[in-house]
Amino acid sequence: MTTLSLTSIQKSFGEQIVLKGVDFTVKSGEVHALLGANGAGKSTLMKILSGDYERDGGVITLDAEELTIKTPAHAKAAGIEMVVQEVDTALVSSLSIAENVTMNTFITGPAFFSWKKRYKVAQELLSRVGLSLDPAMPLSQCSLAEKQLVLIAKAISRNISFIILDEPTAALSTKEAQHLFSVLRELQKQDVGIIYISHRLPEIMELSTKVTVLKDGYVTLQKETSGCTSEEIVRSMLGNELVELLNDEEDRILGDTLLEVKQFSVPGTGETLSLSVREGEIVGVAGLVGAGKTETARALFGADPSKDSLYMKGRKVRISNPQKAISAGIGFVPEERRKEGILVDYNVVENLTLPVLKQFTKFGFIQRKREKTEAEKWIKQLGIKTQKSSLLLNHLSGGNQQKSSIGKWLLTDGDVFIFDEPTKGIDVGAKQDVFQCIKNLADNKKGVLYFTSEIQELLAFCDRILVIYDGKIAGELTKNEATTEKIMHYATGGHYGTVRS
Amino acid sequence: MAQYVHKEHVENDINTTKLSLQEKIFPFLYRYGTLLVILLTVIGFSLANDKFLSYQNFTDILRSVSIITLLAIGVTISLIVGGFDLSVGSTASLATVTSAAALVLYRQETIIAILIPIAIGLLVGLLNSFFVVKVRLPDLLATLAVMYIINGLHLTFTKGFSIYNNMPLSEGGTAPGVFLPSFLFIGQGEIWSVPVPVIIMLIAVIVVHVILQQTRFGRLLYITGGNEEAARLSGVPVQRYKMYAYLLSAFFATLAGILLAARIGTGQVSAGAPLLMDGVAAAFIGFSVFGAGKPNVIGTFVGAVLIGILLNGLTMLNVPYYAQDIVKGSILIGALAFMYYEKKK
Repeated sequence: MTTLSLTSIQKSFGEQIVLKGVDFTVKSGEVHALLGANGAGKSTLMKILSGDYERDGGVITLDAEELTIKTPAHAKAAGIEMVVQEVDTALVSSLSIAENVTMNTFITGPAFFSWKKRYKVAQELLSRVGLSLDPAMPLSQCSLAEKQLVLIAKAISRNISFIILDEPTAALSTKEAQHLFSVLRELQKQDVGIIYISHRLPEIMELSTKVTVLKDGYVTLQKETSGCTSEEIVRSMLGNELVELLNDEEDRILGDTLLEVKQFSVPGTGETLSLSVREGEIVGVAGLVGAGKTETARALFGADPSKDSLYMKGRKVRISNPQKAISAGIGFVPEERRKEGILVDYNVVENLTLPVLKQFTKFGFIQRKREKTEAEKWIKQLGIKTQKSSLLLNHLSGGNQQKSSIGKWLLTDGDVFIFDEPTKGIDVGAKQDVFQCIKNLADNKKGVLYFTSEIQELLAFCDRILVIYDGKIAGELTKNEATTEKIMHYATGGHYGTVRS
Repeated sequence: MAQYVHKEHVENDINTTKLSLQEKIFPFLYRYGTLLVILLTVIGFSLANDKFLSYQNFTDILRSVSIITLLAIGVTISLIVGGFDLSVGSTASLATVTSAAALVLYRQETIIAILIPIAIGLLVGLLNSFFVVKVRLPDLLATLAVMYIINGLHLTFTKGFSIYNNMPLSEGGTAPGVFLPSFLFIGQGEIWSVPVPVIIMLIAVIVVHVILQQTRFGRLLYITGGNEEAARLSGVPVQRYKMYAYLLSAFFATLAGILLAARIGTGQVSAGAPLLMDGVAAAFIGFSVFGAGKPNVIGTFVGAVLIGILLNGLTMLNVPYYAQDIVKGSILIGALAFMYYEKKK
């Protein structure tokens, strides 16, 4: 039984103080959930523990013995491994699964290591995380969920005492998440201490033994999971502002059809589908990871253009690139926020005005004052929390980045807005703002296509829910008939409970 | 909730902690390090040689960096869109020999001797953008290949010989044309005792700076380099902007080549090749000027001036030319080290 303790940890970046004296303890065989809104300091705390950042103050002890953790190697030596959220950054996609899993042998192992032995070791590790893949397969062919398990397998290839998981289920389907939980429970039985960062309350209640909530760099809640309720956790995350879960009972009045596609081929999936959205309508498009949601959304916006045309207010247009989509009145908030949605090295103003920069241009020159005034109006309206509008997006939290990613389309004043997993990795408070923003769009007679795997969100405020399975629309449900079970039934191809390949 | 009790206390603690010396000096060096180096170099050379600090020497330095600066502006623009144009050196060589050929071999007027190389230069730019944008080759590889092709082309055209006044021709006799005085004026003339190349360079720096900082065109060039996919999904025609960047890059390389021909009064083969590395160095040193952290024209100009001052001063101190590269390399390392150190934090 080992105990890892962090005592009054402090960390600041420049003038911004991120951690203001945090205490955190995890024992072997424990699943300690770490929660907090974006910007609360969760990731920073874990990066300090895993040696990514150096702490400004505080003590880290392992069984009362003080640890110096200045580099990832120090953390590894102490038996601490981290499974990062962006799994691709921790694995080498051009190598085989076996090489990735046994990566540590390249560093510490013998100079020669036979392939036969490597495959055998990899096979064993993979079976411990419940993966039955060919170790010789290139990692690039793995799904996201598989890569995550590969990363866990890599972590347990050493004798670890503690493992940190940063939002491991963010992009997993329910099925995949359940599998991950069983792997984690197995690790727990082997006396590994697990630090589990997540935004998802149900899984935390199910999995964890202890909960710590961070807010603004302080610990606001720390107790046994069995002794606290979801409401208590949410309250600690948000402070005194109570979350009012969006409950959208009244029926919206729907107008004419805005966007319609018939037998529209999606290049990413190789399938065709039909869908439509009307004025003032929020159409939810549900589907598990890999069902073809992102591919469909991107085809509709012309990011991966389809060969077929779509109908915008009854007018036939072929969207061969995003510019055509924008001029047709379509906006798109992509799933990969930092890679596709925003420019992290540019400020809020520059991000917001990008699609409509022409409006602020006279004789080719940007009218910066007008641009700034207009952008600041939207910053206020969207509730983007930033000290000043000239701050780079990199310094804002995920939720505020997402608001910028959405906000730029509000400036274009389009008709149809496509959202792809807009609440991925953002906190409860920011989620509320995003929902409100989408509701406002519908109230202003805009059409919304909402692609997500978060079924609860769809049930909360969609007028109509389409379910995608293998690139095709498997079912359509009205607001009144939709339930989690029905959506899952379609999303799994009509055989709820069977394993998807 | 016990932690809340300590809140005020902890915050005070952190606020009153004095910034360490390192935390104060590094951001300062990051912003003004390059300028500081220039200042120190000027002081050092002035003390070592009393001829260094004179108007004549000052204009000499600016004249010597004018060609490199023009070339480096092109490199900077290619860096802005996230590319890299390695072909600028041979494009400059090509411009040098085509303008010389137009004057000496074909007896053309000055204006023709300027327009023809520019037209050819833009074709090189199109070739680069074709490989980068359409064929989607990595920038470095595409422009490396084009660099060889253009270098070979201009050597084939001249059969490896430089072009000069009254040169003998293979079919007998001497070349019909000469370097016209109006053409040489671009490279050697002075207006109010300011060398013409310096004027051209300053105009180019100011115009490009204003375009990059104040116009939509400039913003979109930067945005394209900042995150190509996000820019594309926001409706920026990123492919077209990359093409513009390579066209501009080739244009400025051509300008440098013409200036070079006018300056030395011959169509020297491979004259642009040594300019490439200095141009690239100037553009990268420019990253660090005022802590910009990204390619920018003012920085590039400062970088070129720094290189120019060093070469000039070292030559005055009788440091052999072959040892001067050591200094160039060290300056580049120094500038980049600060930038990347700061970025990592």
